[in-house]
Amino acid sequence: MKIRALLLLLLWPWAVSAQGFAGLGTAAEGFAVPERGVELHFPADHGAHPDFRIEWWYLTATLDGADGRDYGLQWTLFRSALKPGEQEGWQSPQIWMGHAAVTTPDAHYDTERLSRGGIGQAGVAASPFRAWIDEWEMSGDPLGAMRLTAAGPDFVYRLDMQAKGPLVLHGDRGYSVKSQAGQASYYYSQPFLHVSGTLDLPEGPVAVTGSAWIDREWSSQPLSDDQTGWDWFSLVLDDNTRVMAFRLRGSEDFTSGTWIAPDGTATPLANGAIRTTPVRRAAENGPEVPVEWHLEIPSRGLDVQVSALYAGAWMDTSFPYWEGPVTVTGSHAGRGYLEMTGYR
Amino acid sequence: MVAIGDPGLDSAACHAMFASGSNRKKRRTMLLTVDHVSKTYPGGRPVLRDASISLAQGESLSLTGESGSGKSTLLHLVAALDGFDAGEITFDGTSYATLDDSGRAALRRDRVALVFQQFNLIPSLTVAQNLAFHARLAGRHDPAWTTEITGRLGLSGVLGHYPEQLSGGQQQRVAIGRAMSVRPKLLLADEPTGNLDEVAASAVLDLMLELVRLSGTALLLVTHSQSIASRLDRQAHLSGGRVA
Amino acid sequence: MIRAATLAFWSHWRRHPVQLLTLVLGIALATGLWSAVQAINAEARASYARAAAQLGADKFDRLSRSDGKPMSVAEYLTLRRAGWQVAAVLQGTLRVDGASVTLTGIDLVAAPDLPAIAEASADSRIAPLDALTAPGLLFANADLARALGDRPDLPPVIETALVPPRRILTDIGTAEAVLNSTGQISYLLVLPDQPMGRPPLTEIAPDLTQEAARGTQDITRLTDSFHLNLTAFGLLSFVVGLFIVHGTVGLSFEQRRPLIRTLRALGLPMRLLMRLILTELLLLALLGGVIGLALGYLVAAALLPDVAATLRGLYGAPAEGSVSLRPIWLVSGLGMAVAGTLLASAQTLWRLSRLPILAAPGKHRWSARPRAMRNQLLIGLAIVATGIVTFAVADGLIAGFALMAGCLLGAALALPPALAGLLVLGKQMARGPLAEWIVADMRTQLPGLSLALMALLLALAANIGVGTMVASFRLTFDGWLDQRLTSTYYVTARDDAQGTELANWLAPRSDAVLPIRSAEITTGTYPLFVYGIVDHDSYRRHWPLIAADADVWDRVMTGQAALINEQMARRDGLWPGSTVSLAPGWEMVVAGVYSDYGNPTGQAIVALDRLLAHFPDVPNTRFGVHLPADRAEQQAEALRAAFDLPPGAVIMQQGLKAQSRAIFEKTFLVTGALNVLTLGVAGFAILTSLLTLWSQRLPQLAPVWALGLTRSGLAWLELLRAVTLAAMTALLAVPLGLVLAWLLLSVINVAAFGWQLPMYLFPFDWVKLFALALLTAAIAAALPMLRLRRLPPAQLLKVFANEN
Repeated sequence: MKIRALLLLLLWPWAVSAQGFAGLGTAAEGFAVPERGVELHFPADHGAHPDFRIEWWYLTATLDGADGRDYGLQWTLFRSALKPGEQEGWQSPQIWMGHAAVTTPDAHYDTERLSRGGIGQAGVAASPFRAWIDEWEMSGDPLGAMRLTAAGPDFVYRLDMQAKGPLVLHGDRGYSVKSQAGQASYYYSQPFLHVSGTLDLPEGPVAVTGSAWIDREWSSQPLSDDQTGWDWFSLVLDDNTRVMAFRLRGSEDFTSGTWIAPDGTATPLANGAIRTTPVRRAAENGPEVPVEWHLEIPSRGLDVQVSALYAGAWMDTSFPYWEGPVTVTGSHAGRGYLEMTGYR
Repeated sequence: MVAIGDPGLDSAACHAMFASGSNRKKRRTMLLTVDHVSKTYPGGRPVLRDASISLAQGESLSLTGESGSGKSTLLHLVAALDGFDAGEITFDGTSYATLDDSGRAALRRDRVALVFQQFNLIPSLTVAQNLAFHARLAGRHDPAWTTEITGRLGLSGVLGHYPEQLSGGQQQRVAIGRAMSVRPKLLLADEPTGNLDEVAASAVLDLMLELVRLSGTALLLVTHSQSIASRLDRQAHLSGGRVA
Repeated sequence: MIRAATLAFWSHWRRHPVQLLTLVLGIALATGLWSAVQAINAEARASYARAAAQLGADKFDRLSRSDGKPMSVAEYLTLRRAGWQVAAVLQGTLRVDGASVTLTGIDLVAAPDLPAIAEASADSRIAPLDALTAPGLLFANADLARALGDRPDLPPVIETALVPPRRILTDIGTAEAVLNSTGQISYLLVLPDQPMGRPPLTEIAPDLTQEAARGTQDITRLTDSFHLNLTAFGLLSFVVGLFIVHGTVGLSFEQRRPLIRTLRALGLPMRLLMRLILTELLLLALLGGVIGLALGYLVAAALLPDVAATLRGLYGAPAEGSVSLRPIWLVSGLGMAVAGTLLASAQTLWRLSRLPILAAPGKHRWSARPRAMRNQLLIGLAIVATGIVTFAVADGLIAGFALMAGCLLGAALALPPALAGLLVLGKQMARGPLAEWIVADMRTQLPGLSLALMALLLALAANIGVGTMVASFRLTFDGWLDQRLTSTYYVTARDDAQGTELANWLAPRSDAVLPIRSAEITTGTYPLFVYGIVDHDSYRRHWPLIAADADVWDRVMTGQAALINEQMARRDGLWPGSTVSLAPGWEMVVAGVYSDYGNPTGQAIVALDRLLAHFPDVPNTRFGVHLPADRAEQQAEALRAAFDLPPGAVIMQQGLKAQSRAIFEKTFLVTGALNVLTLGVAGFAILTSLLTLWSQRLPQLAPVWALGLTRSGLAWLELLRAVTLAAMTALLAVPLGLVLAWLLLSVINVAAFGWQLPMYLFPFDWVKLFALALLTAAIAAALPMLRLRRLPPAQLLKVFANEN
């Protein structure tokens, strides 16, 4: 077992579970545990929660290029604690990992960064909000203007973002249940970002506009032992409705989601309210995954096909997963992002 | 004249009869006497039992016998090539019992000469070197005499050859020439023509007998051939290790 | 039928157990020495590879401060926040059991995977928490781990074979605490996969300089010469061992010919017979191979500590002193055993396969065959000529080896004709029948002994050649050390400020304080170190110049010219009078070339003010101090106390030289051991050849015996002949060995390493070797001799016996 691999095991809940790293998914070992009914406070909760084992700041964006092509991009900062709390210097127990990617209709560029806390190489400040690792940065007011930058061997992007709606709390006021056994996380989003900026790609720079979605989540025991991965959808429909839906695959599938009205009003979708059915599978740049889905939320009259913009949007990071932009057709039209983990 | 030895009951009488009178006088002038010699190889049955022969200066004696009768062994003992278990051999006034390994070697070098059925010659030396080798080793090389022998043996044309380049008959003639060039008192020959066809054998034998006579050398010759044996002065026959 | 034939066939070995032993031993010796050398080489190379992989140290470019001071975490962050993907390394020295070990702390989170940590983590299931947070973990090899285990002041130690000896690997956080250097960074590794649009270093960190990846070639190239020697020895031993196998296999089939005839007459097909024979050989080869591997392992285990010490000391190559069993080694060793056995048996098998059923037992030609001898001589000379032509046409290392191979092989082939020629001479000088016979007989023995004698020739030549090279190297190096290390002691300061203080302190207390200042310049493909010196008599008198203009020192000291080292001179064809470009825009005339052994890089020497004019910031921390030797130790002690210098800061010249010389003694030990082993194998080859010839010898000896020589006299003559042949071979081996030495020193060395070594002759060593060769032959001939002395006359008489 390599140190980095071990770090990644800590950072990737499904990997933990899939690797049979028993105990980590369920036992909290001195870490804080999400509790139902705890009210989230902003801007404080935009910052890091070092007493929880894992946490992430996760941004995905669907973009229209000035060249007429569709693009998608991802910016993620993960935090994982070897033990609760923070400490100055190299011996900090906080490990940070950044993932960034750009997806085009026929290519996918990604890169990964690792750092530890305590020395200032990576971290998150709540107010004014700033999340960074190396030269990558997401900063500004999640309810106002923000900036986003990242770079890899094959791309650089710089985006300006403007919030057009409120923060959305998932589950029970931000307490999001992840299994029937009761595993849960704190989970909120900012799905109403308008973006504009530039992608520097190997074929040259391209100006883009579009919409972005930030997910914030932290927990110490996110998955139950038998859960091996998930399929997660964040969709922006043409009528300005947002849909967050996921299926956790385990001995028994567990679904959950949020129906977000254009004004930000959120309605939780209970286990079983969402039906996801793979339609077409592909194995491009990685193992076979469903790249076209049939997604139904009967209670909302949603019955759509969700298709990947580029089937090969595999994150070629230490632990590979699929993350890429999708288009929505059927009862509703729109665009969004799909994340698939735990496929081998 | 043959001295007959036999350890049997009657032999003592026989021996006493022959040993008395003329025999005693002869023994004093004998070149070679083999007296009641026995020889057994380790772990084997006896090869010679109580064998006795004698040979005077210039005399020739043939030893015949079946294969394994001990005739070659007797010749080897006379040549001081090997030791014996019992009895006595005296040659030219020297008792073999008193000789150590180097004494025996000196005796072979200086006073006897040998011709075997095969492998007589030193393969790494030329015919000329082979012919002179023994005489030079003994320190009495006489080039004139060697040339004479060479001529008589018809070897003048092959002096520069190596033994392997010669025919069997030629090889044996070289062996005889080498033996005679040392002017030995006694020539010991073990089936010297055994490897040769009849014509060659006869020619080689003739030459050998001629040279022996010419130089007054005594000859002890082992052969299985009665016709060859008959050409010598005296004959002795061995059977089961005894002289009959 | 097969079973019966097998039993009949193999019964031979029951009757000749010594022969069986000889054959198996021959295979074992050949395989053993070869495998030993392979094991030693593989082990040493694996050690370098480990060392290189452990840090990734030499795979990546490095960033460090131009002034040599440690960096701060802030500087690291500046680079990281600008997108530079770098990993921080803190390196320092730790005293463990009185010896210093290097502790390297790497940022394990940012650095790429390190094999040492990865493997140890896999074995011990290390949690990241333990490795990254206090107290942390240290990774070290078994020896060091034991020593560290007794230290309660240190973090727990994880044992891993992948960390080189005398190194400790750990996380940078742990290193900070152990070395008590919080917030310091020694250097940064520049990682692969840098992002697009990264700003240049000069914009964000002008104080830092980037040092190109050094690669592992430095060590590899240097140590290659050492491995080359070992491999030559190994191959030679293998060949010599094959001579033994050849002899024994020949003998065993010679003796089994009647049996083979009988078996074939009884209807056993030749093909089946060959299969039986091949099976037999294969089994024997495997048996010998296994024994040989065991033998090789033991030899390697015995020699490796010395080899490792040599490599560590001489080249700084981190070799370990223990052998581990590698599957590839086992397989290749057995493969060599089988292939070698078959090769050595090929001639015998070929002859056997063409043997008519009713052929008479081998008849031998006793006359010398001048034509065959002449042909062999011509072939030998042709091979030598081919080597020379190859060398003349092509260039470089391969051509050098072709020349060497041509000389050795050609000389070996030409040996029997040469010996035959000597014997013709001897024949003319021989007086008396015995002497004539002895000489003539030696000539007939030649074909049977020629392989063994060739083996002896090669062994002796290799001994002389490698011995001369190593001894020349030592002598040259010794002299060179005396020339180069003229200061009484050397002192290194922490920084420029302390350097100035040191110089001031030393000035009134010593005869001279010479600054040693240098700048590393990477212009072309290789780094160049330019040294600035101040004028001093010690340079003028001692510096090892191998080519120089008149008034060379005056011109250098007045800044008109530069000195360069031999490597650079040979590589770039720069000699006195040429112009050398030291840095962009800085050209100087070369006034002299000096020898600079063991240094793979280019080096130049100029007057200090010239260096400072181009590189004003070169550190001023090293000084050579001159004073009478009897005051040196005392003053060094006072200096250490006055400035609180770490132990490694003051280096006494005497100690440095003694250390270098001790290393050479180790090299000699290894070379000497291999010398004795190869000679031993050659002696064994002679023995087996003599035993093989035994059955052919009796018909040659019996007539002489019958004509009046004693057996003991003949036995002594046999010994005399063997010793005489060995002596003649040894005489011929001396010039061949010197040619080999010359090739190694003046051709191979220049091609491989860029420096030529002067060749020194050691006639006393040749006398010793000559005596050793005679002794070897005498020992080898002793057994047949004793056998002849005790041979019952009846055995000799059988030669003459009539078959009827």
